[in-house]
Parts: sequence; structure tokens; C-alpha cells
Amino acid sequence: METKNIMIVGVGGQGSLLASKLLGRLLLTRGYDIKVSEVHGMSQRGGSVVTYVRFGDKVYSPIIDKGEADYIVSFELLEAARWTEYLKPGGTIVTNTQQINPMPVITGAASYPEHLVAKMEAKGLNVDAIDALKLAEEAGSAKAVNIVLMGRLSKCFDLPLEDWMTAIEHSVPEKFLELNKKAFTLGRNA
Amino acid sequence: MKTLMLGNEAVARGLYEAGCSFVSSYPGTPSTEITEAAAKYPEIYAEWAPNEKVAMESAFGAALAGHRSFCGMKHVGLNVAADPLFTISYTGVNAGMVIVVADDAGMHSSQNEQDSRHYAKASKIPMLEPADSAEALAFAKLAYDLSEKFDTPVLLKMCTRVSHSQSVVETSDRVEAPAKPYEKNGAKYIMMPGNAKRRHPVVEQRTADLTAWAETAEINRIEDGADHKIGIITGSTSYQYVKEVCGDTYPVLKLGMVWPLPVQKILDFAASVEQVLVVEELDGFLETHCRNLGLDVVGKERFSCIDELSQNLVAEKLGRAPKTGTALDEPIPPRPPVMCAGCPHRGLFYTLKKNKLTVMGDIGCYTLGAVAPLAAMDATICMGASISGLHGFLKSGGDSKNTVAVIGDSTFMHSGMTGLVNVAYNESNATVIILDNSITGMTGHQQNPTTGYNLKGNPATKIDLETLCHATGIRRVRVVDPYNLKECDEAVREELAADEPSVIISRRPCALLKTVKHGKPLFVDQDQCKECGMCMKIGCPAISMIGGKAKIDNTLCTGCGVCRQLCKFDALQLPKED
Repeated sequence: METKNIMIVGVGGQGSLLASKLLGRLLLTRGYDIKVSEVHGMSQRGGSVVTYVRFGDKVYSPIIDKGEADYIVSFELLEAARWTEYLKPGGTIVTNTQQINPMPVITGAASYPEHLVAKMEAKGLNVDAIDALKLAEEAGSAKAVNIVLMGRLSKCFDLPLEDWMTAIEHSVPEKFLELNKKAFTLGRNA
Repeated sequence: MKTLMLGNEAVARGLYEAGCSFVSSYPGTPSTEITEAAAKYPEIYAEWAPNEKVAMESAFGAALAGHRSFCGMKHVGLNVAADPLFTISYTGVNAGMVIVVADDAGMHSSQNEQDSRHYAKASKIPMLEPADSAEALAFAKLAYDLSEKFDTPVLLKMCTRVSHSQSVVETSDRVEAPAKPYEKNGAKYIMMPGNAKRRHPVVEQRTADLTAWAETAEINRIEDGADHKIGIITGSTSYQYVKEVCGDTYPVLKLGMVWPLPVQKILDFAASVEQVLVVEELDGFLETHCRNLGLDVVGKERFSCIDELSQNLVAEKLGRAPKTGTALDEPIPPRPPVMCAGCPHRGLFYTLKKNKLTVMGDIGCYTLGAVAPLAAMDATICMGASISGLHGFLKSGGDSKNTVAVIGDSTFMHSGMTGLVNVAYNESNATVIILDNSITGMTGHQQNPTTGYNLKGNPATKIDLETLCHATGIRRVRVVDPYNLKECDEAVREELAADEPSVIISRRPCALLKTVKHGKPLFVDQDQCKECGMCMKIGCPAISMIGGKAKIDNTLCTGCGVCRQLCKFDALQLPKED
């Protein structure tokens, strides 16, 4: 199988590490070779973060380069727009419509671009945009945005639902399990 | 068992399987998780040392006592530990000793982009360089065998992309390393000139022996390719990029040991191809070796010594069309890292900015005090340089009435203390601010001697910073709460005005610590808000101006109340009691 590439992008602190852990666990049980690259340290302090998940028969590079991502899962709208160049022609962007102002916008040095979903679509990109924050709150916690979007991403793959649920069970603490399963289902069915 | 592991976790697993029983490190991105993961194995004693030099010397002591030992650090940490490194090379070890140095090409979380392979050559210590997690595990184990066989510490060189990438590893059981009882041997371990002179030839012979080993070592492997017009010499992540782009097209010599380098193996490889390309990140280290062997290779004139490589970059340099995607037409505002909402450093940096001070900075989360709108920093060099830099600045005409040093609690313990001793001893009128957030923050919450806990999470002796500062000879030592702007302002003004050196300890735990209780989010009284923008001056990510009025993001606000102290119109309000 040709290597598949998933980028998870967002704002430091939004839980991209958990999402990539979940994907890694899921794909390992399917017998793939996998590489998952994370960002630690400085970039986690509210900055733009990106995680690369690659799987296939044999994966060499740990990173995804421009024009290579089959899927970009974005936890925040501006971050989806930032990384479009990394999408492979025909790839799909799954994005949260939530907007989090970066510091240059907060200080007034820049403004948050408007109509980003429409602008991405006007470029011919496949965009699946949902209000993941609303769904996460409906599931019981604003912090479950990451799992809502994993639910949404799951629609793009032909993998049994039970496998996803098992991966969630192994990735989140017991006391938040039901909340996360609900968040996943809301994202998948939205 | 097959499992996914970070490169760093795989190193820790390798230590475990090799029977390592002593680990001492100082945290530093991208090396930190090795020691955190090692600490989870009950068979391994693991600790955070106050700095890398102490860690390395402790690991040496453990190896001398007869147990396999380890210390890990980031690239700049090896600069701190370079002193023991060069002499442990002479003494050799008793039980095996492995040192990880993790480079950060691309400077994801570092102040420079140094290539630590030069240290291996300069200190005459062998260095292995894994390219993924499976190799990280295997090379860590191999490193102990080499260490004991050749009587040398062994460097294991990681980099951000190997340290922080998960890939598949196969684990096996731990094999206990039998203890090697310490035997007194002054000629080997007392490095005074007479003994060291006799050890130096031993070191040179060792390098020759290791070079012979490298000629046939399996970790220096040739993967044949269909097209012998080009042959590629590479290693680490560069190997992965080359394989990603070329597959099995060209022969590849993958070097798992970057020092000492084989000679005949490289010459034979070069003879089997028309043109040798050396693909490596940062400096032309392998390239220089090849040139010294008289080979006409292509290296840094094509592949830059700046920043990381990637598959697209390698493809482009090999004359292939790199892949491309579609960017939006308009510029996307950058999203730099910021101090978190509720960060205790914010109030202090606001005070420095407001008083228009010259600020000698240091290494930690608080380096973000350099970013707008706080922008209250003038220089940042390395761990501890704030205090010593301030001392020299003041001795050479810098104004002691408007210049301060800021340094975190962990950084102060690392190498700030000695600078403070210098301030007291050589009498500069320095004002030093210790930002005590009770944790090592930037690297992800590691304990340190000021926190009262050790790496294993058990209660530990806690350094009393006030007593320590007094003991150096500084008489003026005071503690402020950085959430209280008035208190910060008074303290900074008074200590700057004083005619003797002083220390201000700005003390409040990191807002991200699980033990820290947050207040309820503040809210904005829209009628009271006069749109003056004062609350925006502290650069809090929880506050923005929407439609001219301040708005607080209640998912981020920790209720610290710093913004409230800036609002002249009482528009930022505490939540009503239920």
C-alpha cells in the first residue's frame, strides 16, 4: 500500500498529541508501518502546532512535506488555512470552524482573515468544516474538540467503528471515556 | 512485542534492556523524555541533576562504581558538560556509560543550531546515530557493549525528528548487567599530567581500534541500488529523506556510527559509483571526512548547512520536481508561542516594560517576555547568562538604575548561582529577578532542587532560595507575588534605587501545574469598558478586543486578575458569588 499521510494541526494546548496517539494505536493494530512526528517544547505554548501521521507498508520520512497530505485535520480554522499547501491534490481538509485569535491579531498587528472556508473551497480544495467546539461542549467538555474531529476523520476511512472505540479506550483516562466516546460519535455523525 | 514508541522512549527502553541502572540528566528539548521514560522502570535509579555537567560526572561515578550508567542532554547541554566529557574520554569507564546528545536542526526549541557530531571527533569518543525508534533502542544497547569492549563512554546522537517521532519497535526483556566492582587504579582515573600523558596514546589506539570495528560494523551498511551513477552517503533522518525520495534507485551507504568513520568501506563504496553525494543535516561532517580521504564528493555546496532537510528539499537537490500544493492568496497571520493565560511571568514582565528597563534574559518559558506586546528583553544567550551578563554590563558602564537580569528557578539552580556569587564577590550593583514558578516549565514540568520533589515524584530536599542568595553575600533579598502589579512595581523600583546588589524572587507556581487552583474567569462589563486598550498591554491570550470592546475567553481565563489591575474603569470584573 502506498503511504497515507495525515496532518493534525492546531493551536498548542488543543490536544493534538492525544489525537496522534489515538491514530497511532489504531493503525498499529491494523499491522501498518507507522511514523508519528510530534512537536514538543517551545511550540506548545499557544503557538501553531503540527503533527504528522504516516502509515503504509514501509514509511521512511517522519514528516509530511508540501503537496503530500491525504488529510489535514485542523482543530482551528486559521491553522487549516495556514497548511493548505501541504495537501495533496485531491486530498481533504477536515476542520473545526472555531477561531482562536493569534497574538498578532489580539494586539491588532494583523487581522483574522474572513470567509476562510469559502476561500479554501474557491481554490478547489475539499473542505469538511464542522463546529467541533459546539459538539465537544454538547458531549460535556470544550476540551474534547480533538476527539470530535477524530470522529469526523473516521468517516474518511474504511475501518471498523469498534477499532476506533478500542483505540479511544486505550488513549483517554477511564473517567473521561464516555464523554470522549460521545464526542467521537457526535463528530462522526454531524 | 511490537509497539509504537517515541525515539526518546525507545532509547529509554534500550537502557532498560541493556541493564542500565543509573540515569542522571538535565531536561532539554528534544532530549527530556528519555529520562522521564527511564524513570518509569523500577530497576533504574533516575534523577534530575541541577545541570548537565553534574549529570555527566554523576553518571561517570556510577560507571566507576561498576553499574551501567546514562546521562542525556540537548546539544547546548553538552557545551555545559564538555569539561568532564573530554577527560572521561581519557579515563575510560568501568561499567558501560552512554551519553545522549540531542540536536535541534531547525531550532524548534533552541537558541542555536550546533552540530554535536564535532564533539565526538574533538573528544575522541565514539558516536552512534540512529535514524528511527527501532535503531534508537538497538543502538542504545549496542552503545553499552562498545563502551565496555573499548573502555570508553559512548555518545548516542539524537535529533528532534528521531527523538520526537514515534515508530514501531520490538521490545525484549531486560538483561541484568553484572556489577563490575570498583578497583583502585590511579594511573587510569587520576588525570594529572603524568597519568594523562600515558592515557592519551591509549585514546589514540582506541580510536584506531574503533575505526577498524567501523569497517565491518553492521550499523554502517550499504544498500545497493539499480543506478550506480550516483551513490549517497548519509545517516539519521537524512537517510529517511533519501530513501523516501529515491527508494532503491541509488546505492546508499548508511552510517550508523558517525565517529570514528570507516575509511576502506567509504573508499570501496565511492569506487563502486560514478559520483558520491553526501546528504547530511547541518555541517558537512561526513563530507569533510570523505574529502580528507581524497574523494571528490558533492555535499554542502548543494545541501545547505542551515535548517532541517525534508523529502521535498532532497528531491529538489537531486534534480527531481518537488511536490507542491495550493496556498491561499492572502497572508495568514503567524501564531507564535505566547505566555499562557494566568502565567505568573506576565505581571513581572509588564512591570519591566512599564519601567522601560533594560533586561538581560535567560533560557525558559520567560524568554517569551521578548515577544510583543511585552517585549521586555534585551539579550538571551544561554543558561545562566542573564546574571553574569548583567554583571559585565554594569561594570562597563551599563546603568544599574534601569537594568535587571531575569532568570527562572531551574535555570538559576543550573548555572545562575555562580553568576550571583560573582555579583556579590566582585561587587556590581545588580538587580537580579528570580522568576520562581516552582517547576522547570518550558521542557514540560520537570522537578528541580527548588520544587521539593524529585524525578520519581517523591518528596525531596528543597533549596531555600532566600537563604541561598543571602549566603552568597547579597543582603537585599525580597519576595513578591507577580499577580500583584503594585507590589512588583514597588519592589523593582526600590531595588533598582538601592546602592547595593539585590535579588527579587517573583514567586508563584506555573498556572499549568495540576496542583494550581484557578479562579473563575473574569467577565467584561460592556457598559464600563471605554475601549482604552489598557488590558491588551499584557499580551494575555484570553483577552481580545472585539467590536472595540474587551472580551474575555472564558475557556482560557484563569481568573489571575492581572488585567483587572490595569483597568481604570473597573470594566473587568470578578464573577458574582453563587
